[in-house]
Amino acid sequence: MTAWLAALAAITQREALRFIGQRARFVAALVRPMLWLVVFAAGFRAALGLSITPPYATYTTYEVYIVPGLCGMILLFNGMQSSLSMVFDREMGSMRLLLTCPLPRWWLLVCRLLASTAISILQVYVFLALAAIFGIRFGWGGYAALLPALVPAGLMLGALGLALSSVIRQLENFAGVMNFVIFPMFFLSTALYPLWKMAESSALLHDICAVNPFSQAVELIRFALYQQLNTAALAWVLLSGLVWLGLAVWGYDPARGLIRKAAK
Amino acid sequence: MTGLRLENLSYAYGARQALDAVSFRVEPGTFCALLGPNGAGKSTLFALLTRLFTAPQGRIEIDGHDMARAPRKALRRMGVVFQQPTLDLDLTVQRNLSYFAALHGLHGARAQARIEAALERLEMPGRLGERVRDLNGGHRRRLEIARSLIHHPKVLLLDEPTVGLDAATRRAITAHVHDLSRRKGLTVLWATHLTDEIEDADQLLILHRGKLAQDGKARQLRGGLGLADHFLRLTGEPA
Repeated sequence: MTAWLAALAAITQREALRFIGQRARFVAALVRPMLWLVVFAAGFRAALGLSITPPYATYTTYEVYIVPGLCGMILLFNGMQSSLSMVFDREMGSMRLLLTCPLPRWWLLVCRLLASTAISILQVYVFLALAAIFGIRFGWGGYAALLPALVPAGLMLGALGLALSSVIRQLENFAGVMNFVIFPMFFLSTALYPLWKMAESSALLHDICAVNPFSQAVELIRFALYQQLNTAALAWVLLSGLVWLGLAVWGYDPARGLIRKAAK
Repeated sequence: MTGLRLENLSYAYGARQALDAVSFRVEPGTFCALLGPNGAGKSTLFALLTRLFTAPQGRIEIDGHDMARAPRKALRRMGVVFQQPTLDLDLTVQRNLSYFAALHGLHGARAQARIEAALERLEMPGRLGERVRDLNGGHRRRLEIARSLIHHPKVLLLDEPTVGLDAATRRAITAHVHDLSRRKGLTVLWATHLTDEIEDADQLLILHRGKLAQDGKARQLRGGLGLADHFLRLTGEPA
């Protein structure tokens, strides 16, 4: 068992060191949500009125509404970035190095997933600190309650990235991931508009947003910030996370997986 | 003690047969060169040997452990140097080595002792704090070889390890691994398409179009010809 934990510690440390080394990536990961918060939200503040729906007990400004969605955005982008780095690793051979060590492959994938989620969570808290400087603050209890919500949400989105990384063959295809995964997931979710607002424009859009696992992750985060547990969102997040992790383990399985296509 | 053993290993990508019933043995302490032109099936063979994926047919045994039945035991006894560089360039030599050691269940003082011994062998002591990016190509390759030996494997696999290196470095690294095999009793499988990396006393496997064309001592196989000429005559392709 110590060998398993030693591997987990080593993989997490490597991810952290690589992340610290790539300052541009760290800054980019913060600039993106900050731009949305400062520019986009400020512009929309006047246009959008938000009614009082749970978890909000009073009238809420748009900047406050959008924060959980932007936390989710960080998790989503990071999950995908880690998928990009998996493809990159595989091409560079580091992934092969990882896969030849004498531990079960599913555990190695879980280690990668846990490591990248830890980095994502760190980024979310840095973003929240910056948002606080701009005057968008939540209760201390909310910040604390957020942590157990970020873990399943981050793992679920990381697992999606992992599953995708087993089928993406080339680095260029990350542009495809942006267009066909990140953007639809983000825009067709409750990150930017509440569900009832979506329902006003189209019932179909509302239904898509409601089943989008990213919406559920955002709602889990939103409720946690107000120290409330959204059980349905948590269940949905866990279920989709398990499905994607299953797909990733299948994709990297040496006997029937898709990984051999990449080595051809 | 069986070194490396392959029995009837076949693999196909759809309709294209990449490996066709390949069988061979490499006895413990033997340096075995695997020679083949591009597309001969070397990469597929390495992917199967390192369990990147598995073959539906055939058997691989590493130091007596079946890769299909006991993959972790087999992997534990195997060191690999991949064709592509697998070092983290922006991390230090120490970080790279301790990362690998931890993946193989080594940590703390035990890992550190092995890391220092590995650097000693490389004649690179005192360079633990250097970034890998600052090392030259030859040193990086030697570092990868040293890293692959940290967990004391019985079988060492190297997939075209001298690609991209200059002639002098290439010769030094080839001699270094020959020496390791002789002195440490390490079973070595060295894939290459360069005939000058093979010594007369080495076991030689020639892979051609997915089939094992020849298996024997290099000296005996080449007869009176140079190895490059022998290879060309056998395969109709330059090595």
